[in-house]
Amino acid sequence: MRLDRELACQDIVELMTAYLEHALEPSDRERFEEHLVFCDGCGKYLEQMRETIAATGRVQLEAMPVDLEERLLEAFRGWRPV
Amino acid sequence: MEEVLSPSDARLVDGLRAGDEEAFRSLMREYGAAMLRVAQMYVPSRAVAEEVVQEAWLGVLKGIGRFEGRSSLKTWLFRIVANTAKTRGVRESRSVPFSSLGGDDDAAVDPDRFLGPGERFPGHWALPPEGHLLAQEAMEVIAREIDRLPPAQRAVITLRDVQGFSSEEVRNALDLTETNQRVLLHRARSKVRSALEEYMR
Repeated sequence: MRLDRELACQDIVELMTAYLEHALEPSDRERFEEHLVFCDGCGKYLEQMRETIAATGRVQLEAMPVDLEERLLEAFRGWRPV
Repeated sequence: MEEVLSPSDARLVDGLRAGDEEAFRSLMREYGAAMLRVAQMYVPSRAVAEEVVQEAWLGVLKGIGRFEGRSSLKTWLFRIVANTAKTRGVRESRSVPFSSLGGDDDAAVDPDRFLGPGERFPGHWALPPEGHLLAQEAMEVIAREIDRLPPAQRAVITLRDVQGFSSEEVRNALDLTETNQRVLLHRARSKVRSALEEYMR
C-alpha cells in the first residue's frame, strides 16, 4: 500500500489495521508513526485498538448447540476409519 | 513432504483417526462455534449453517485418513467448512462470495468525531480506564457486537482475534485476498472498539 499525501487523522484511523498487520510500505509506516508523535488523539486510538484486540482474544465463544454436537458425534460414532 | 503439524494437532489427528470421542469433544470445544460462524458467511440462515457444518464434518471424517499436515489442522478444517458452505450457498442461490460485504462500507469512526477538513487533530478520544476491559461485562459487550456484525466480518474477526489465527491462516482458511481480509478485519475491529467506547462512557 502506497500513500501520496500527508496523513490526516481520518486516514490514520482507516489505516490502523494495515499498520497493525504490518501491511504498510516502510515509507508510509514512517509517516503513520510521525503523525502519532504529534497527535495524542490518534495515539490513544491506536492504544484502544490494541486493547480491543487483546480483549477480543479473551472472549469465550458460546458452545456449539448441543443437538448439533450430538448429530456430529453420532456421525463420528458411525464412521469407521479407513 | 513438509510436516507442519504441531504436537497438539498431531495428537488430535491421531485421536480422530482412532475414533476417540475425547478428541472429538476437544475439537468441538475449540472450533465448533467458529465453524458455524464461517458457514454463516455463505448461507442465508443459521439453520442452513448447521446443516453445512454437519455436511462438512462428514467431509472431515472422509478426509482425515489422508490428511497429510501440509496445512495446520484448523486451516484444513475451516477450508472444508468454507467450501461446503460456498457450494451450499450457490445452491441456495444466494450471490456468493461476499454479498455479506454489502451495506457496511461505513467508515471506521463516525466522521462527526473529527474536526473539519484542513484541521489536523481529531475530536476527543475517550481512553477507557485501565483494567475495565477485563471485566466480564466488557467481554459480553464484545461478544454481542461480534454477533451483530455482517457475516463475513464476523467470521474474520472470530478466526483472527478470538481464535488467534494468523492473518495468513485466516486468508487460507477463508480463501480471501490479503486486502479483503484486512478490510473485513478493519471494519469488524473498528465496530468492536466503538462498542467498547460506548460502554466505557
